[in-house]
Amino acid sequence: MSMAETRTPLQRRIVTWIPYFWLLVFFLAPFLIVLKISLSETAIAMPPYRPVFDGLAGLWAKLAELSGANYEWIAGDPLYWHSYLSSLWIAAVSTLVTLLVGYPIAYGMARAPAAWRPALVMFVILPFWTSFLIRVYAWIGILKPEGLLNQFLLWTGLIDQPLFIMNTNTAVFIGIVYCYLPFMVLPLYATLEKLDPALLEAAADLGAGAIARFWQVTFPLSLPGVLAGSLLVFIPAVGEFVIPDLLGGSQTLMIGRTLWNEFFANRDWPVASAVAIVLLLVLVIPIVLFQNAQKRLGEER
Amino acid sequence: MKHVLGAVRRSFQPWNDPGAKPFIEFRGVSKRFGSFAAVDGQTLTIYEREFFALLGPSGCGKTTLLRMLAGFEQPSEGTILLEGRDLAGVPPHKRPVNMMFQSYALFPHLTVENNIAFGLKQDRLPRAEIRDRVAEMLRLVRLEGFGKRKPDQLSGGQRQPVALARALAKRPKVLLLDEPLAALDKKLREETQFELINLQETLGLTFVIVTHDQEEAMTVADRIAVMNHGRIVQIATPAEIYEAPRTRYVADFIGSVNIFGGTVEPADGAAVALAGEDGFALRVANGAQRPPQGAPAWIAIRPEKVRISHEPPPDPARNAVAGEVWDIAYLGDMSIYNVRLASGKIVRASLLNAFRTVERPISWEDKVWLSWADDAGVLLAE
Ligand SMILES: Nc1ncnc2c1ncn2[C@@H]1O[C@H](COP(=O)(O)OP(=O)(O)OP(=O)(O)O)[C@@H](O)[C@H]1O
Ligand SMILES: [Mg+2]
Repeated sequence: MSMAETRTPLQRRIVTWIPYFWLLVFFLAPFLIVLKISLSETAIAMPPYRPVFDGLAGLWAKLAELSGANYEWIAGDPLYWHSYLSSLWIAAVSTLVTLLVGYPIAYGMARAPAAWRPALVMFVILPFWTSFLIRVYAWIGILKPEGLLNQFLLWTGLIDQPLFIMNTNTAVFIGIVYCYLPFMVLPLYATLEKLDPALLEAAADLGAGAIARFWQVTFPLSLPGVLAGSLLVFIPAVGEFVIPDLLGGSQTLMIGRTLWNEFFANRDWPVASAVAIVLLLVLVIPIVLFQNAQKRLGEER
Repeated sequence: MKHVLGAVRRSFQPWNDPGAKPFIEFRGVSKRFGSFAAVDGQTLTIYEREFFALLGPSGCGKTTLLRMLAGFEQPSEGTILLEGRDLAGVPPHKRPVNMMFQSYALFPHLTVENNIAFGLKQDRLPRAEIRDRVAEMLRLVRLEGFGKRKPDQLSGGQRQPVALARALAKRPKVLLLDEPLAALDKKLREETQFELINLQETLGLTFVIVTHDQEEAMTVADRIAVMNHGRIVQIATPAEIYEAPRTRYVADFIGSVNIFGGTVEPADGAAVALAGEDGFALRVANGAQRPPQGAPAWIAIRPEKVRISHEPPPDPARNAVAGEVWDIAYLGDMSIYNVRLASGKIVRASLLNAFRTVERPISWEDKVWLSWADDAGVLLAE
């Protein structure tokens, strides 16, 4: 008898509810707290906001007190708009560059002799063994005007003036691409490695040269990996704080930084929470729409 | 179908015509993986419009031979010629050869139509022509109405014709088929075998099929190459392979056979006598080779050429041995009798069930005689 058969319906229901339980505890509960804060008003206090409701008593009366003022405030201030748009732009460009850098790596890994592959995967995840923060700091050492990169380029004679990359958006792009590369490479590698070599042979047999084989067979079949990798890079990159803070300049506008400023510099938790909620909507709504569209497409076929 | 066009087919014997131009030639071709020779120095000629089968047990190098022709493997030695042109260095996508893969290898992201159109698009044919050819192919393999489906929306039996249509769409000079019917059930397989013959004859193409199913090879092929351990043991028509196998290996591989071993003894006339290991002498009138006296040799006799009876054969000239019925298999159209000789050897005889009732049926443990004519068996030297 298999495991599934020995389970009672109740047990089975518990098993399927476990992920929902985790989601509730680790995502929904903090989300509701943030939502609650975003709907309250600022106060100079500890904590620095006036709670709208505590407990269920007088819930209805308190609900009337909920304030959309923070959202109105965000909508009215172009700083926030610019931060969102600039974040989306920086994340989109970084995702594209990560894809361009990551695809050949994943492709090479998937084509390597089978015996090497576990070692290659190890190399890709090796950076995770050191602290993320330290690795970003290391980039300061590389990118600053008197840093390693400039020293090297000056030494080769390619440039005679140091490049000012540090504290620009370029440095942020470099930092994001570097830090998120493994998240792109691993799902790509997983799809490319599964690709049946007989399909490429069939394509060659039918007259497709190397380039046609790539664009007509390999690439379309790796799209799920491209999509997964891009989401894994894009979503955290939009809200990224550490990289723009350490590598970016004063003109680097990213929503993560704005959020941090609201929380810690201005101590305006409600506005900061509202910023976070809007960020979530900005990310979640397109993804949900996209997934629905994809599902519908799949059903039509 | 083959039996309809039998009259045309009978005269199709380019391999017996010394003036015929070879279409595909393997000249001393070897393929080594490390120190292991998957194909070992083989020479082979295939003629235009021939339906040629490579037959052999698993791992004997059939697929490797085919893949060298398609260009996926490079021969370690020797040359492969197509219409007299050396194929060395010609990549797979430039060879006028298409292959139907053992796994079908349909593109999962493309519809049936686009799978079939794939090769045509590579040739940048005009759109209208591609559409017409795809429609023609779908009709040819009787898959009209399935064009818009993806491969995973087809059953295994429906995928097979898609793979065939895709490989045929480009009208290749040679179609290679690697165990094309292995995944089909017996009935569908038999139907499809006749469809393949039909297609090959209507399109006038050269087909090279790989199979380890001897019945399939016999049904479809004009000639069969029987392979073993990277070597071709015999190339001949199905009838020749069956009636005149060259070695014990071929005799045993194709159909079922009784083999008696012994040494060659003097005999009168055309026959050769064999002093058997089982303690009796047999005579045989067939066999290309005539081994010298005292040499080891074998006689192969097909079960349907062995007569089984309760009484000893009336004609004393016939080879006859006595035994006891050990086992009977009733197959409907015929029955197979396994008869145990005094030496312990089991000899198989088959009998057509031509009558619904028999006066005195042969039954288990009956004492019976097995007999056959001198020319029923084949003498084999190896
Ligand atoms: N790429 C390879 N590397 C090493 N050995 C190989 C390779 N391809 C084939 N072989 C070996 O060569 C031999 C012949 O293989 P091949 O695939 O031609 O057999 P086959 O006759 O088609 O068998 P089957 O009926 O099982 O498909 C086998 O022993 C196989 O292990
Ligand atoms: Mg094979």
